[in-house]
Parts: sequence; C-alpha cells; structure tokens
Amino acid sequence: MRLTIRSKGVDPRSAGLVADAHALGLTAVTAIEVADVVFFADDLPHDHLAELEAVLVDPLLQTGTWDVPTGGIETALLPGVTDPAAAAIQLAMRTVGLPDVAVATGRLFDVQGDLSQVERNAIARRLLANQVIERWAPAPIEPHFIDAAATADRTVDHVAVTTLDDDELQALSRERGLSLDLAELQAIATHYRGVGREPTDVELETLAQTWSEHCSHKTFRARITTPDGTAITPLLKQLRDCTDRIDAPFVKSAFVGNAGIVTYSPGTTLAVKAETHNHPSAIEPFGGSNTGVGGVIRDVMGAAHHPIAVTDILCFGPTDLPADRLPEGVLHPRLIESGVIAGVADYGNKIGLPNVAGAVLYDPGYIANPLVYAGCIGVADDVPELPGPQPGDLVVVIGGRTGRDGLRGATFSSATMDATTGDVAGASVQIGDPIVEKLVIDAMAECHGLYSAVTDCGAGGLSSAVGEMAEGVGADVDVTLAPLKYPGLRPWEIWLSEAQERMVFAVPPATWPQMQAVCAKHGVEAVSLGTFTGDGLLRVRAGDLTVLELDTHFLHDGRPQRSMTAVLPQPDRTEVTMAPCAMPEQMLLMLLAHPNIASKERVVRRYDHEIRGATVVRPLVGAHHDGHADGVVLAEPSDRHGVAVGIGVNPWFGLLDPERMAHSVIDEAIRNVVAVGADPDKVSLLDNFSWGDPRRETTLGELVMAVQGCCDAALEHVAPFVSGKDSLNNEYLGSDGQRHAVPPTLVITAMAHVPDADQVVTPDLKQAGNALVQVGTTRLEFGGSHYSMVRGVPGGVVPAPVAGVHDRYRRLHAALRTGRVKACHDLSEGGLAVALAEMAIGGRLGVEIDRLPHADLVTALYAESNGRFVCEVAHDDLAWFADTVGDVHVLGHVTAEPTFVAPGIELHLDQLVAAFKGGAA
Amino acid sequence: MSRPQAVVLAAPGTNRDHDVSFALELAGAAPRIVLLAELLADPSVLRHAQMLVVAGGFSYADALGAGRMWSLELSHGVGDELTGFVAAGKPVVGICNGFQVLTRTGLLPGSLGHNDSGHFQCEWVTLEAPASRCIWTADLEPVECPMAHGEGRYVHPDTAALAAAGQVALRYSGHNPNGSLDDIAGVCDESGVVLGLMPHPENHVLPRQHPRRGRGATGGLGLPLFERGVRHAQGV
Repeated sequence: MRLTIRSKGVDPRSAGLVADAHALGLTAVTAIEVADVVFFADDLPHDHLAELEAVLVDPLLQTGTWDVPTGGIETALLPGVTDPAAAAIQLAMRTVGLPDVAVATGRLFDVQGDLSQVERNAIARRLLANQVIERWAPAPIEPHFIDAAATADRTVDHVAVTTLDDDELQALSRERGLSLDLAELQAIATHYRGVGREPTDVELETLAQTWSEHCSHKTFRARITTPDGTAITPLLKQLRDCTDRIDAPFVKSAFVGNAGIVTYSPGTTLAVKAETHNHPSAIEPFGGSNTGVGGVIRDVMGAAHHPIAVTDILCFGPTDLPADRLPEGVLHPRLIESGVIAGVADYGNKIGLPNVAGAVLYDPGYIANPLVYAGCIGVADDVPELPGPQPGDLVVVIGGRTGRDGLRGATFSSATMDATTGDVAGASVQIGDPIVEKLVIDAMAECHGLYSAVTDCGAGGLSSAVGEMAEGVGADVDVTLAPLKYPGLRPWEIWLSEAQERMVFAVPPATWPQMQAVCAKHGVEAVSLGTFTGDGLLRVRAGDLTVLELDTHFLHDGRPQRSMTAVLPQPDRTEVTMAPCAMPEQMLLMLLAHPNIASKERVVRRYDHEIRGATVVRPLVGAHHDGHADGVVLAEPSDRHGVAVGIGVNPWFGLLDPERMAHSVIDEAIRNVVAVGADPDKVSLLDNFSWGDPRRETTLGELVMAVQGCCDAALEHVAPFVSGKDSLNNEYLGSDGQRHAVPPTLVITAMAHVPDADQVVTPDLKQAGNALVQVGTTRLEFGGSHYSMVRGVPGGVVPAPVAGVHDRYRRLHAALRTGRVKACHDLSEGGLAVALAEMAIGGRLGVEIDRLPHADLVTALYAESNGRFVCEVAHDDLAWFADTVGDVHVLGHVTAEPTFVAPGIELHLDQLVAAFKGGAA
Repeated sequence: MSRPQAVVLAAPGTNRDHDVSFALELAGAAPRIVLLAELLADPSVLRHAQMLVVAGGFSYADALGAGRMWSLELSHGVGDELTGFVAAGKPVVGICNGFQVLTRTGLLPGSLGHNDSGHFQCEWVTLEAPASRCIWTADLEPVECPMAHGEGRYVHPDTAALAAAGQVALRYSGHNPNGSLDDIAGVCDESGVVLGLMPHPENHVLPRQHPRRGRGATGGLGLPLFERGVRHAQGV
C-alpha cells in the first residue's frame, strides 16, 4: 500500500533538477516533476486511509493519491540506510492512534522531454538516485522494509596472519581493505606470534582503524629523510615545538584531545577544531558534508565544550565542466557543489548553530577530489581539566543508535579513489541526524561534573572512541548492549560502525543515575556497555563470547614508525615582470567575476548565520548586505568582548611554492581577523592539510616545506597552532592509469580575541570624502595570483613573508580600536584593485585613486603581496593614521559618485556589482 | 508590574528557544523553556503561565513537512489546554517553526509552503504592521530582523478576506523574500491574541545586532513586539 504526495503548483525541487540534467548534457529534458511516496508494509483498513491522509497531506499545499503510478521513475533507500522520514511517519501514526506498520519512503519522478530509454536511465542513474544510498526502478518500485526479525550471527573468525609471508600479508590487506603497509602488517604478525594465536577479525579491523592514516597520522609522525640523508624532524613535532616556543599564556590545551582549547577572557575557555570530510563528500556529497559538520561539532563536544558556531571551506572542480570531460565514476562538480552545500546547510541550520565563516574555491584539481573542511567553535566555563577514565568508571554511550553506517570509514578515507570507489565504498557513507546531536548537546549542558572523560564517536566508531579512552587503563565492554537501529548486526559491525551522533563517556557509578535522568529528560538514549578496568587490556565481548582482547599499549604504540623520503621542491623565486595590461577595465571586471573572487552570497544565504544573536560581523556586510567581510565576529549579547574567525587558503600559491604558500595563508587568516578588530596578540591557529599521496617523494617534499612555512609564520606572528588535521591521499586513479592529486591545500583558521565587540570594523566604504590609504608594501609578486591565472601567465614568484608584520598588525589594531578607521579590508586574491572594488560594492560608494603604491601600474593594482590592507579614514585623520600605523600610502578618496576611477580604469559601480554578483550591468 | 510567566515551548529540534527567552527577559517577562515531553507529561504547566511562545527551529527535522509532527503531538496531547489558554485571552506567539505549528493545529489560518526559491534562505527583512486586531503588533513601528527558513511561503485561500478580518498582522516591506501571498509575514487568530510570524524579531533586540550598525543604522528593534505581548499578559 502506498501514498503518493504531490505539490499543488510547481514543486520547488523541479527547477533545480532540470538545470542539473542540462549540466549533465541531457539538454532534451524539459521538465522533471517530483512527488514523495510513502510505502506501508501492510494494508491499512479503509477507514484509516482518510485519517492517515489528513496527517500526511496538507490540503492547501499538496494532493495525495493511493493509486499506484503506471509511469515514471522511482527511487527508494537501499537496505540498511537510515530513513528518518519513515521513522517520523511511524511516530505520527502512533500519536494519532493508527496501527503500527512498517513504513518506507521514496520519490517518484516524471521526466519530460524527447528522450531515449538510454537517456532516461542515465538521468535516473546519475541524477535522480544517489546510488550510494538509493536504488531506482521504473515505477512502481518495490520498497525495502526493515527486517525486524533479523538475527545476528555472533561467530568470530580468526584470520591467519602469523604464518603468512610478505606477499600474502599484503594480499590480505588488499582483500580486507585494511590500508596497512608491509611493516605494519609484519608488526601485527609478530605481535600475534608472541601472543600465540591468530587475531580475530574484530582485532584485525580495530588495528587497521587505529593505525589508519586518518586516525594515527602516520605521515605527520614519520621519520623523514631527504635523498642526501638529511633527517627532518617529524612534522607533527615541528608544529608542536613551534607552539611550545611561542608559549602563549592563553593556550590551555594544544594538539591533545579532540580540539584546541584557549582562554581569551577570565572564566571562559573556547575550543576550536576543523576537520575534513573529503572522500565521503566525493561519493555522496550531501551525506558526506552533512556528517562532516556533525563530526566536527562532536569534536568540540568531545572537548567538553558547548558548540556556538560552525565554519566551512569548500573546494570544487569548475561547475561549468563539459560533461564529456568528466572522469569515469566521478560526480559532476555541479552536483557535488549543490549536494555539499545542501549537506552543510542542513546540519548547521537544523542543529541551530550559525555558520559564520568560510570560503568556496574552484580549480580543475578538485574535479575528482572535492575538499570539504568543516570547523566548530565551542565555549565552556574555565574549569579544571577532566581527570580521564578511572578504574571502575562505566563505559557509557549516549545519542544515536548503531547501524551499519560508515563501516571502515577511517581506512576508506586513507585510500586512493578510483572509478569503482562509489560502488565499493557504499557502506562507508554515514547518514546524519542533526536533531539527535542537538539533543545530545542539550543533555551535555546539564551533565557537568557527572563524568570523568568524554570523547566523540568518529572515524572507527566505538573501536576508536573506547580504544582511545582505554589507553593505559583498559576496558571491558559488551557490544550487544549498544542500542541498534535494526537487528542483525555482527559484533564487529557494532564495534566499528560509524553511526553518527554518538558520544562516549567514562561515568563514575555514583553519578550514573543522575546522568541517566538528564539524558531521559532530553530524550537521549544512554547505555552502559561495560567498565574501565585498570588492567590495561581492551576486552570486547558479544555477551559471553570474547571477540577482541588487545593490549592497549600494542594498539596505540605498537605501530612501527613510518620511514619516508622527501624530495624538497626548489621553487623558482625569480621575479617575472608582467606585461602592461591592454584592457585594464576588462581585467578588473574579469577578476571580480572569477568564481574564486565573485560573490558567494548564493551559498552564504543558505546557512543560518543569525541564530544565537551573537553574529556581530556577518559574512555579508555593507549597505546592501552583499559585500564579503574579511572575518566574522561573534559576541554573546551579554558580553562586551568577542571572538573573530578568519580563514586563509591559497592552493595556487601551493602549486608553485608550498613554503611561501603556508606563510601567505597564515598571514591572510591573521589579516582577516585583525581587519575586523581582533587583537593580533591573541590569535590561535588551526592547520588543516589536504594533500596528495605522501609516499610520492616530491609530494611529501611539498608537505615538508609547507610545514616549514607554517612554523616560521607562526613564530613571526606569535600565533600558536592549537589543533590541526591532515587528510592525505586525496588522489584519483583515472581509468587512463594517471594519478590526479589535489593541489596542495592548506586551510588556516585563525580565531582571535576581539576586546570590544562594539568597536568592530567592516570593509564597506562609509562616507564620501574620506581618504583611502594602503597599509603595507606592494612588490612585484604574481606567482599563483589571480591576475596571472586570468591572463594565462604561468609561474612567477609567490608573495614573500613580510618582516616585522606582527608589529604592523599591532599598530593597525591600536588605530582600529579608536573608532577612527571607518573601513578596513585585507588585500588578497586580485590585489588592490579587487579590494577597492569590493569596498565600493559593499558601501555602494565610488572611489577615486590618484596615487598608486607601486611605480608599475599592473603591480600596484594586481600583485598579491602579503601584509597589506586598505583603510578608510577622515582626511583630518590622515596624519594621525600614518603616525600610528606607519608604512602607509595614500591612494585617493571615497566618492559619492558611483564610479571606480583609477589610473587606466573608469568603471561605473553598477558594472562592478554586475561582475561581482553575476548578471547584466 | 510583575513579570508574566512565559512558557517557551521546545520540541526535539527547536533551536531558537534560548534566543526568544533572552528577548522575553528583556521585554519584561519571566521566560521558562519547557520541553514538549514535559508539557505532555504535565499539561498544568500551561495553566500557571500567562504567555506561550512556540519557538523556532526544526522540530522533528521537518519530517512530514515543517511543524507537522509537533502540531500532532500538541493537538492530541494538550489540545484542550491550548484552546483554553487562547480562550482566556492569554497571548500566544509562534515564530518560524512555531508559526508552522500553529497553522497546522488550526489555531492560525493558512499554511506555509516551500519558499519559491526552493531552498532555505537567511537574510534580513523589514516588517510592517498594518492595522489589525493583533495585540502583538498594534501600532508597531517597522521591525528589521532576520528570517531563516525554507518553508515560509504563506498561502491562504482568500487573503483579501483575511486582511478584511484584521488578521494580517505583518507584511514584508520592500522585498517579499519567499513568495508569500500578499507579502504576508505574520497572521493572527480571530481574537488577536495568537500571532504567528516567519521572521525572527528575537534576533534583533539589541542595537549591536543590526547588520548596518557600523553604517549608522538605528531602530527597527524587534523588542517592542515582545513588549506588547508582555503588556497584554499583564492585563489578563
């Protein structure tokens, strides 16, 4: 029995589907009508149908029919994929007193246009059904209902490793998708020869998860040498040493636990973290980005902080990529983009956190490997650190139920993708439920003092979470006590499931009843799976059957340190003079319209950045709320001070000179927070690396130089790293046999203290007649610049670090705090000309530039040198500003006339707006 | 004047309950966040309150359409208490998801469909209060505040009749962001004590929250709307 629900009038989903079909080259599609379908496992008595229809169909907006369709294409979820809509319908039926029957949901599509059967099938396969979680069929589709009677197979297999030779060990790793290298496999074999038995399947999977690149950062901990034998300090140690050397008084915890923790004002701490979710987003953009956001929020919760905001940085292939240039097995960038943005929006909006900062980048290097970075900030009272799990504490899991979601995600994300990845990795995709995580946040807000340790269940599921918490102390858990989404899960599936929205706590027995009561109040499931023992052994049982028994020292410290070789890049740092630009006006318009520079309003408006009422500087600012802010500022309504967040990222610098790229993006992230009014002496940094396969010596060399640049820049800016994450192996093995790696993409998040949230500055121009001043020096630096990109000029020198820049930012900060600087904008992609145009657009005012800060016009307008800002001040304040800040160049002034006038350029403001926002002038 | 007790109702997925509590506090009420499960377990909570706020968010993740599930639970669990609350003249406001809930319970006319853009939108809007019978918006100066929703397109079979009956409480001014009929942003019931609106006046209760404050923008606070509700509650 089935109910089909259609919108009255045009369904708002239809237009987007048609546009997507056209982007896939299926231009004959004229319309795609979409309807929702609800399937019921048992027939319902006739007199219940009207009642059910009244519950499910809004007569003002929808029509419902119980007829079975005779045409069209239908999609339904694959078995095992969580169906929250079905669960809600069952809840609704119970609420109104209807019989309890199994329910499933799907969609019905009517595709119109002159199309062959092959084309119709292509639309179903590539657009209508996401085959990672859905299947499709000509209507009517046969739905799959959850098998409530399934039983679990509790057998445990032992896997022979102790007798295998090297080839056989590597074959085993490939077969089981363990992503372990030979030295690691040998260490496991040696360990089990010592134990005197073979590992169980659960043990082998647990070791593979714990030792994965994703969980253990093998490359960042590796012993690295150059071909001439020079030893390089392990990368993670370099970053940590750098933070130790800076020794900032505000750092509470760096590089340990789930997130970095700092304190900028007495009594309060902030936790900050950014993560990537690249591989899952490539194959299931919505689910991948959705759970990426959910996961990083849990990182902050796992640091015992209350989340207050999220961020996202997204890298896609060109969305206008011709369909015939799409590699096999890869989703079109347009579909990835729309799915990823919808996924980010869905999680953040529903959980109720403002999405406040981010960036969207486009480059052909991201076609097969889109990058999705998600960040989160949380707040807590400054209380003593949690003691950690104590012997006798209960192992408590709260939140979502466990299903087959995301099995082997950590090992999957550590492998290279190829054309079949989407097929084989289906089970690796997690499905998010932001409402459950919201309830967990609410419950945790009332659980302070009730637990001795907490961590989130992320990659590797319980195996990672419990495994990490048990390090040194040991734990004994029975996985069959975990609440399941559906029956039939084997012990290893429960242990390794990456089902979302779960947190693991160590809870003293004395406070457990109180914690249970809090969770019950908020409708959050909480169960105890066992105890932390004190014997240092991790023991996992399925009832009486032991399925895993591992020494936690071997689990965490038994992995042999990886030895790697790095060939360091020799970037060309000779200056390349730019030929004069024949059409300077067109150049500026082309830059403003470039996808990397153009307005991101269509993305930003999909995210709620207003909730909590604390977003004082929003991502979009200015007279028409459509200019981009440099950084955002959050300030609780009851606080005077706030926190600024800024992002730095530039893969085009990275392709030419990874060391200078790292330096430049740190400078950019810090410029972004300083420009809005943050204190340059209270800046914390996050480093997130997305790179290609580091086993390629040149790729590792690029990573080594980027880390070098990071450390130098952090020391120069006196800004410590507090947390970081690396996502390596962002490569695609094409069917042509070629490997395609992402450009070296380092995302730096700067989180800084804003001493006075009433004294913030935005880039939009404020008042005609005010003077415009550049702070900092412009050099002949065009390597990786957007000017070079638009002109098609390869190479060039990537902007160099600027000496004394920290002092300059301090002086600028002092000036901003007086309130006499009316607008401030950092100079980045597109240089001075683009920055001035953005300020003009933001304020809907004109500019007249009569003095340039460099003798060469093109360099003055478009070079991307570091350490620079444009500020707007009253003419009477010019001398004061120059005295206070130093290294300033007066450029011209703000005009009421809506024109952009500079040497060689005279454009109307409408032309700038049209280029920046798209559409006709 | 004593602070009226305001119940801020929150279902699983409600997420602007704290924001509206902050606004109510400023407006002179004594807000208390009550979880739906708590209300269903003890409906007498409503009897002791003078105001009711159905707060915004994504109750039940918008499954079955925004507000549907929550309205079913309210109607089936505390329908009589809710009707009694309104009959007693106690003010009720549903914001965003709360508005969607109140239309689906039948306390407010019309319904809310997907925005004509087809997706969630977050932007600032200006609201004007036409002459109406609504106690929340009587003589209210224009309010500037954010909207943040995907299902806010107001539909009603006869908006002219609704306006004639004095039940159109708020209209979008200048720009209709979601395709709502007759630019309607908020409506009230026949008695005028129940208001539903899509935008979020609770997110503009301090001058600092205005996005153009740095450009000298002042006014447009959403606080007076809540103050009218509080004053009415004090008089009941």
